[in-house]
Amino acid sequence: MAAGTLYNKVWDSHAVTTLPTGQTQLFIGLHLVHEVTSPQAFDMLRERGLRVVYPDRTFATMDHIVPTKSQKRPFADGEAEMMMKAIERNTKDFGVSFFDFASGRQGIVHIIGPELGLTQPGMTIACGDSHTSTHGAFGTLAFGIGTSQVRDVLATQCLAMDPMKVRRVEIGGRLKPGVTPKDVALFIINRLGVKGGIGFAYEYAGQVFDEMSMEGRMTVCNMAIEGGARVGYVNPDETTFAFLKGREHAPKGADWEKAVTRWKTVASEKDAAYDDIVKFDAGDIEPMVTWGVTPGQSVGILQSLPDPEAIHDEGEKQSTLLAYRHMKLTPGQRARDIRIDVAFVGSCTNGRLSDLRAAAAIAKGRRVAPGVQAFVVPGSMRVRREAMAEGLDKVFTEAGFEWREAGCSMCLAMNPDQLKGDQISASSSNRNFIGRQGSPTGRTLLMSPAMVAAAAIAGHVTDVREFSSTGASHV
Amino acid sequence: MSKVIQIKGRGVPVIGDDIDTDRIIPARYLKEITFSRMGQYPFYDERFTAEGSMKDHPFNKPEYQGASILVANSNFGCGSSREHAPQALVRWGIRAIVAESFGEIFAGNCAMLGTPAVTASKSDVAALQALASEKPGADFIIDLEAMVVRAGSMTVHVTMPGSRRNSLIQGTWDSTALLLANAALVTAAAARLPHPSGRPLA
Repeated sequence: MAAGTLYNKVWDSHAVTTLPTGQTQLFIGLHLVHEVTSPQAFDMLRERGLRVVYPDRTFATMDHIVPTKSQKRPFADGEAEMMMKAIERNTKDFGVSFFDFASGRQGIVHIIGPELGLTQPGMTIACGDSHTSTHGAFGTLAFGIGTSQVRDVLATQCLAMDPMKVRRVEIGGRLKPGVTPKDVALFIINRLGVKGGIGFAYEYAGQVFDEMSMEGRMTVCNMAIEGGARVGYVNPDETTFAFLKGREHAPKGADWEKAVTRWKTVASEKDAAYDDIVKFDAGDIEPMVTWGVTPGQSVGILQSLPDPEAIHDEGEKQSTLLAYRHMKLTPGQRARDIRIDVAFVGSCTNGRLSDLRAAAAIAKGRRVAPGVQAFVVPGSMRVRREAMAEGLDKVFTEAGFEWREAGCSMCLAMNPDQLKGDQISASSSNRNFIGRQGSPTGRTLLMSPAMVAAAAIAGHVTDVREFSSTGASHV
Repeated sequence: MSKVIQIKGRGVPVIGDDIDTDRIIPARYLKEITFSRMGQYPFYDERFTAEGSMKDHPFNKPEYQGASILVANSNFGCGSSREHAPQALVRWGIRAIVAESFGEIFAGNCAMLGTPAVTASKSDVAALQALASEKPGADFIIDLEAMVVRAGSMTVHVTMPGSRRNSLIQGTWDSTALLLANAALVTAAAARLPHPSGRPLA
């Protein structure tokens, strides 16, 4: 194992014992729960006569199925209403804190954990959702689990696991103007591949991450799993501590100072041993857009789509051909000419306040192109309130975007926000998988929130750098 | 809980890299609050048109009904953590999966259900897929003691993490009981480890 890394230190401190299988019994410091992957786990506890062993380390909300146009109960979708009732009953029966609409704290689980200060450096965090890697931005070991593992954490606060290898992904230099954390995330996946991270935790490091905001770090860690890495993290530093200070669940007073002292000790040592190190130069990163059906099938905004005949690996070639068939795009065509039907700003990847600000800066004083449906979905009730306090809702609605309630929305289409037929979306979410946004023939182009806003206004994918943020009318 | 040592059954090839869990089970079926009907849904949108007529997919073919060993390519089950994906496959009848590689969370979920997910080389997977295509009735045997797949005249070496293999062979893949057995150690760990309330450590 990677001696001296944050991964190694957090793993060791949370290792309870070695199981007869050889797996480590790993203690989970924080368990986040949502409505979709938990009802079967709570039922398994009932069947086995088990309780939630640490309800004070377990926090639930609902995000995937909530409608974003109206959250009036009962929901119009009977299945969604039944799922809501299940999490209400389960959290009540088992004594788990539940952030519902009435709490004012509801939102996407990976957005509310950090904003409430529940996510703290040096923790292990598990949730029945693959984008749990988001919390790694705080120097945690955070990963998605399946429902049977949700059962294990509820019943024992532990998981039976094996450690991963650690790859340091180092990006030196400064990002060019107009290049955002989302572009960094897509660039890394493009270079290392969607399966390059299998078996690894990614430690993101270098000047780019040192200078990146917490919200940006969350965006990059969020998409670690899209590169195959179940865990992604950034070592905690002053940026981390400044973000956490004063948050609802963060330590207070003298406890704060003690916590910061302890948090500093979990960062990777300078001489830590990594299983692998890769280095990139920030100057090579352009605004990125995916054109295919995996998050690795992407190009820089000024590039043309790749030639499948130039690919030697047969599996990769077949994947590329499948992507072209599904996307109805042509090799050699320019990425920035692709017309769009829908523009979606939101998700656990890019539904935070800074994302909404970036999109609003492009939308301000402009109009959504005719025929494009554009909408903005804040990641949490709090993000929504803060955005409205700044007047971002007005900027969006005046530009022709719809302004919605908090939820996962069109990232995964378990709610009414779905593509129809073969509509094509510019989306600030994380997955462009076939059928992901609700229509089996629907098509998704992943990009940064600012690029989504620019595409909404142009009516096609475009280079956000051609927009001044003060509202030139020409596109 | 049963020991999983050897699995014998017919193979079904599902060809293609990066088959994600949204393709294995579309998200709309995740709105059900039990797993009981998941067996109806594996690869749903690849098997059926919007009007409900069957498409060309191995899971629809008469010769693969009753098959129990899925042979897939690289990064199978990437994407979402939804256990609904292996639940759908298992409830359809799959009892083991051989692939070039797996999405990490998916492979872990398979183990939690007592379903071996083993990896083989690209060329061996291709040969197993060819056999299952050409002779759909051929028996496949996955032997977790020898860590091989025997099929037709082939004996193919497979791998999986040793601890997962142990959990299957020992019959402890449903890990709750193992973890509960160390309750005193867990209590001690909870007392010394960071708490989300920010309360000071002992």
